[in-house]
Amino acid sequence: MKIECTLNGQRKTLDVSSTRRLLDILREDFHLTAVKEGCGEGECGACMVLMDGKAVNACLIPAGNLMGKEIVTPEGFKESPRGKIIEEALIEAGAVQCGFCTPGFVMAIESLLNEHPHPTEENIREGLSGNLCRCTGYQMIFKSVRLAEEKGAGLW
Amino acid sequence: MVNGYHPKDLIEALKIRAEVSCIPLAGGTDLMVQNARGTGLSPNFDKPLLFVGHLPELRHIEKKEGFLHIGPSVLLSEMLSHPFIPETFKKAISQMASPPTRNLATLGGNICNASPAGDTLPFLYAMDAELILENHAFDRRIPIEEFICGPKQTELKSDELLTDILIPTTLFPVSYYKKVGQRRGMSLTKVSFHGLAEIVDGYVEDLRMAFGSVAPTVVRSRDCENSLIGEPVSTLKSRFNEIWELYEPSIQPIDDARSTATYRKNVCYNILKDFLTHLENIKEIYNE
Repeated sequence: MKIECTLNGQRKTLDVSSTRRLLDILREDFHLTAVKEGCGEGECGACMVLMDGKAVNACLIPAGNLMGKEIVTPEGFKESPRGKIIEEALIEAGAVQCGFCTPGFVMAIESLLNEHPHPTEENIREGLSGNLCRCTGYQMIFKSVRLAEEKGAGLW
Repeated sequence: MVNGYHPKDLIEALKIRAEVSCIPLAGGTDLMVQNARGTGLSPNFDKPLLFVGHLPELRHIEKKEGFLHIGPSVLLSEMLSHPFIPETFKKAISQMASPPTRNLATLGGNICNASPAGDTLPFLYAMDAELILENHAFDRRIPIEEFICGPKQTELKSDELLTDILIPTTLFPVSYYKKVGQRRGMSLTKVSFHGLAEIVDGYVEDLRMAFGSVAPTVVRSRDCENSLIGEPVSTLKSRFNEIWELYEPSIQPIDDARSTATYRKNVCYNILKDFLTHLENIKEIYNE
């Protein structure tokens, strides 16, 4: 199936099987390896990307659902002003240990702050409920959202 | 072999449906997992996919002639931010999966997947929701209770698509939703319950009670509901064990990876009791 979409700001025409997962297209065809396969069933958030500005799990998306969509991966997001703020905030809060879940959390934090520029504690927990971290623990990650909110005031 | 069709509109989709044996896929959040083959591999489907998530005819939310019409390809996240969706329905939807999954998953998908643990289903059953099924020539209207006939089994014919979900716009002043799962985020339901009621001058005017995940399909005991309509709310608490005896036979949970039948039944007992107590509390509020 021929699929027209935008990937990290560039127009692409994919010629792929319609059942192929966005996760595999990104990692294998485009060597965009920030997205990780954790659970492969939409529970861990390690493969999170933005589709039309909203956080989604790339392991759940068949190529056929990418027609006309705008996909942004952590690689495409990290050089933006918001991306830099979130990266700084995660480092400052000590929210990264092994780093496997981190790209997914970056996408989730972007999506969260986009929806709630001044999130409540409940908004943060809810917004990050689709991401699992098995080593840092969540408190530092929650703290990084607060830091990003302060440092990036006006960006969201 | 063609392994996917991406129709431009509903007419083309129904034409493909009439000519080819295929699997309609909207968000894919259930189908992609059910057919997964493991790390780095594409899922394997035994028939070509028919992509329907993008079809504009299936993405409406509107009120018409006493019904709220929701297109089956409307995303759960879109429902959460739409003013027409009843708050009590939003309460159930907001506890499904996680925000990124709700940005993909659709209402039609939750219905057609026909899981006993589908979290939109108790509300739809309680509201007597109806579905429109269309093929290239005809459409038919069917109550959701008749559409879902068992786990993963529906009345959808191989040439049909679900094209509309109709929910009566009746407002229930009393609403109650409870989902019991292993943890708050990302958990599948062990037991869910949606209760709706209208109380007038201390008497039960209307009452709907639907349990999810405790039988092959969502359970609504109309006998039990009807026996309580017209009764004074103040007596429900003291009569609870008698009410439970009427309800209990329809609750037939199983032991599975998520929970045990015994636990589920106990939870149903407690939830039903809590709901009927809640009705009394509402009455007390009215009396103040």
